[in-house]
Amino acid sequence: MITTFSFAKEEKHEGEGDIKTEIKEYINHHLLDSHDFSLTSYTNGAGEHKYIGFPLPVILWDNGLKIFSSSKFHHGESVAEVNGEYYTLFHNKVYKTDAAGTINLDDDHHPTNIKPIDFSITKNVFTIFLVGLLMFVMFSRMAKKYKTGSIPRGMGRFLEPIILYIRDDIAVPNIGEKKYKRYMPYLLTVFFFIWIINLLGLTPLGVNVTNNIAVTLALALITYFLTTFTANKNYWGHIFWMPGVPTPMKIILAPIELLGTIIKPFSLMIRLYANITAGHIVLMSIIGLMFIFKNWIGSSLSFGLAFALSLLELLVAALQAYIFTMLSALYFGSAVEEHHEDH
Amino acid sequence: MTIPNIVGAGLIVIGAGLGIGKIGGSAMDAIARQPEASGKIQTAMLIAAALIEGIGFAALFAA
Repeated sequence: MITTFSFAKEEKHEGEGDIKTEIKEYINHHLLDSHDFSLTSYTNGAGEHKYIGFPLPVILWDNGLKIFSSSKFHHGESVAEVNGEYYTLFHNKVYKTDAAGTINLDDDHHPTNIKPIDFSITKNVFTIFLVGLLMFVMFSRMAKKYKTGSIPRGMGRFLEPIILYIRDDIAVPNIGEKKYKRYMPYLLTVFFFIWIINLLGLTPLGVNVTNNIAVTLALALITYFLTTFTANKNYWGHIFWMPGVPTPMKIILAPIELLGTIIKPFSLMIRLYANITAGHIVLMSIIGLMFIFKNWIGSSLSFGLAFALSLLELLVAALQAYIFTMLSALYFGSAVEEHHEDH
Repeated sequence: MTIPNIVGAGLIVIGAGLGIGKIGGSAMDAIARQPEASGKIQTAMLIAAALIEGIGFAALFAA
């Protein structure tokens, strides 16, 4: 939010320029991953852009490993030279180029330059590492405290009810008393990971990891593989040879059920991605409205609306983590369900 | 975005809104009848709403 503020203030000083398109561009930029961690930027008296933030390493595979700092790109304003090869940023993606930084576009405005394989520690990757580290430190410290006494202290006081809720209201009813323990580590990890990372997305840091579809794809794939590889005979029986229906129906049902196993993680992926993306776009647009109205009624109204929406987004952050965990537990439950005689 | 896309997106939102609204309303009725089962009803409600939402988003992407 602060970044939007500073940006829009900058726009006001310049006076000219179409604020609406600038805001649209800003939102699009916010939704993308980037190669540096910049909090805000401003134009100083001399008319040059100053960025507050820090660069992140760029790791490329292009006839050998190339590692350099993203500060060489100067926020996409210049060409980075590494061992005689030139790279440039185009829409936050790294392309190979010449010393002048030429980008050849085809008819659809897609660059035809060579794109090296990019393993960079981008803003999203950096945030994922940060959250992983944070969770590791937080939970290992909490676990240590339980060894000295069973009464939770510190963070444990706040988080113990949540962990118990996941165990008693998500894992046990969906997976079953006997098998739930195997899945608890994953369910807890995925819940807290999505929750923390969604909450970080609402801070002025400007990170938003879960609106990258690759991240949610990875999360959904883990659920898919866990379901597939821990499934028992009964689960596969229900997919390929549905018991209790006539034989022609069994043949029709098998491909549908098989497709269903893929649609389930697919919907997990889309749900998380679309919810967070939609939330961010709406929130940023309403913050942007403040600077379009430029009068005290409209601006304060949209400020109030932005505040209310931020509160709603806080709820959505937790709700999406809950739903992802809940549905994962449901799928695991269906994979390990024992045979019942009553159907 | 072309006009059919926008109309399609609007139809999807109407459909998903009606669906989730129906689930919410039914859950309210159920909770009013049996307040002691509100926890279970809420869970079932959220799952059903999430499933509809998932399909709605998938359709929005297609539109």
